[in-house]
Amino acid sequence: MSAVPKQTPTAVAADVAADVAADVAERSRDARQRPLNHRNRLTSLPIVLPTLFVVLVVAVCVAVAVGSVGVRLDIVAMVIRDHLINAETSASAMDDQIVWNLRLPRVLLAAAVGAGLAAVGVTLQATVRNPLADPYVLGVSAGAGLTASIAITLGSVAVAGLSTSAAAFVGALAATIAVLGLSRRAGRVVPSRLVLAGVTLSYLFTGATSFVIFRTANADAAHSVLFWLLGSLSESSWSNLALPTVAVLVAGGYLMLQTRTLNALAAGDDAALSLGVSVHRARIQLLVVASLLTGVLVAVSGGIGFVGLIVPHLVRLAIGPDHRRLLPIAMLVGAIYLVAVDLLCRILVRPEELPIGIVTALLGAPVFLWLLRRSEAS
Amino acid sequence: MRLSLTSVSVRLGTAPIVADCDLTVGDGERVGLVGPNGSGKTSLMRTIYRALDPVAGSVALAGDDIRTLSQRQIARRAALVAQDNAPDFDFTVEEVVAMGRGPWIGAFETTTGRNNAPIASALERVGLAGHRTRRLSTLSGGERQRALVARALAQESPLLLLDEPTNHLDVHTALELLELVRDLGRATLCVLHDLNLAATYCDRLYVLHRGRIVANGPPEEVLDPELVQAVFGVTCTHLAHPITGGLLLAFSPLHAAPVPALGKGSNQ
Repeated sequence: MSAVPKQTPTAVAADVAADVAADVAERSRDARQRPLNHRNRLTSLPIVLPTLFVVLVVAVCVAVAVGSVGVRLDIVAMVIRDHLINAETSASAMDDQIVWNLRLPRVLLAAAVGAGLAAVGVTLQATVRNPLADPYVLGVSAGAGLTASIAITLGSVAVAGLSTSAAAFVGALAATIAVLGLSRRAGRVVPSRLVLAGVTLSYLFTGATSFVIFRTANADAAHSVLFWLLGSLSESSWSNLALPTVAVLVAGGYLMLQTRTLNALAAGDDAALSLGVSVHRARIQLLVVASLLTGVLVAVSGGIGFVGLIVPHLVRLAIGPDHRRLLPIAMLVGAIYLVAVDLLCRILVRPEELPIGIVTALLGAPVFLWLLRRSEAS
Repeated sequence: MRLSLTSVSVRLGTAPIVADCDLTVGDGERVGLVGPNGSGKTSLMRTIYRALDPVAGSVALAGDDIRTLSQRQIARRAALVAQDNAPDFDFTVEEVVAMGRGPWIGAFETTTGRNNAPIASALERVGLAGHRTRRLSTLSGGERQRALVARALAQESPLLLLDEPTNHLDVHTALELLELVRDLGRATLCVLHDLNLAATYCDRLYVLHRGRIVANGPPEEVLDPELVQAVFGVTCTHLAHPITGGLLLAFSPLHAAPVPALGKGSNQ
């Protein structure tokens, strides 16, 4: 009945052995011939970092030059130079006012916030080992949004006389403490619980914020809450630039010293422990630094979503997950991205101004989806 | 003694996982840890790098209780080849191996200076020197596992801990990996499921059953058919390997009824 010719067991065994030998030979040939993914010289740090820094400086100058009133680039450069060397500028008083007092602080704030949000995103994605983590997954920004909206609608009396920014920072801190407290089990912060607690509290705070907006009789206040929640850099000035800048530089420096720890955490808790990382202590320290930085950034810029999620992703797609390179490059890319987005916000619907959160999402999502498809295809 | 566990007991929540285990690994000794699923092998292993703290007993690395050592000091004395890899973070081979320098490297140091030599020689040793810039996702299972061995080598710790290193590996790749580990000549504690591999590549075996060590000794003594029956619920026969002469376990089918020979009964 069977169509298979009869074979002695030894003949079968010999056939199988020949097959296996051929298979093994083929595999080792494959291994030799598979193209080596040589590290692109263009992605080595000594080349990439200065290049991105130059791009950032150019982006800052262009963003300062463009706006409702254009200023020539050479005049921008001259004004900045004259102020830096403390010289009397030969530019007109109006150009000086626009460049130095109106636009430069705002553009620099955009750069600081972009770099900071990217740093927080990179840190959180490794710390909770979840590529969907971003500065808002911890509920920090929702907490800030709630106290900020209370401050705006009910006035500063309702939040013990704090300004909107200060109220937002207090809300961010309270949310941080709540999330860390809720995600502890047996004294250890469990990443999966952290994400769940953060997302849940986000919904809670967002619901409460909506209630505050809904109940307010003042339509202007409701509009400003909405504007604040979507993020804006329009309140920037030299005086409120210092704190976020220092925070980003200090936190960025600290995180740069932790990049090996971030790598180990990304490889898994057991791997990290066996590589000498005190996982639980490191995780709490990193979360606290990331939350404090988020609090400062949200307080000055409102809820700028998406930057902390997609910039780390984009950079990881391009150069891989090694945090020694990922963190500094993501910070520079985040800065450039937000400077560019803020520029678009100012010029797209002139003389109105778009909330920055709208543009980060509308611009970022398609770019991200396109890159994702491209990386899957390759 | 590279490693000694003294009356170690572990609980997860309130459930006892491991009870009163004594275990030692001497210099250059390859020790296997075998036992059924859920017998506590991995939990026992995890106490060594403090992923789990025992509720009783103590763990000592090179004579020092690990509770007196920092996590970095522990990592300098024991390196883990775990099964887990992080698919969301697709590191290159070189980046993975560089992680092995973690316990030695200062915050301001880079892996290009004095740390480069151990990384390069570890890659060379496992045969991945030509793959250093490849991403883990582009490697085969065996190559990925060798990259983790290289990470452990770069860690330069005298004790290797391997948790089911041959999981998901085909027979050729599994033998290749275990022979690589054998040829390293380091003190090794290795959790294995395949009793024949354990018998072939380990000097000494511990059998863990329901959280307790029920046997300890050379494979041919420990893997006694009665013990295998009692612990694993499988009947086995001791054979001599036709080529090496070493111990070979032949397992009988679980159900005593004779099984029809292949080929018969399929053409009714």
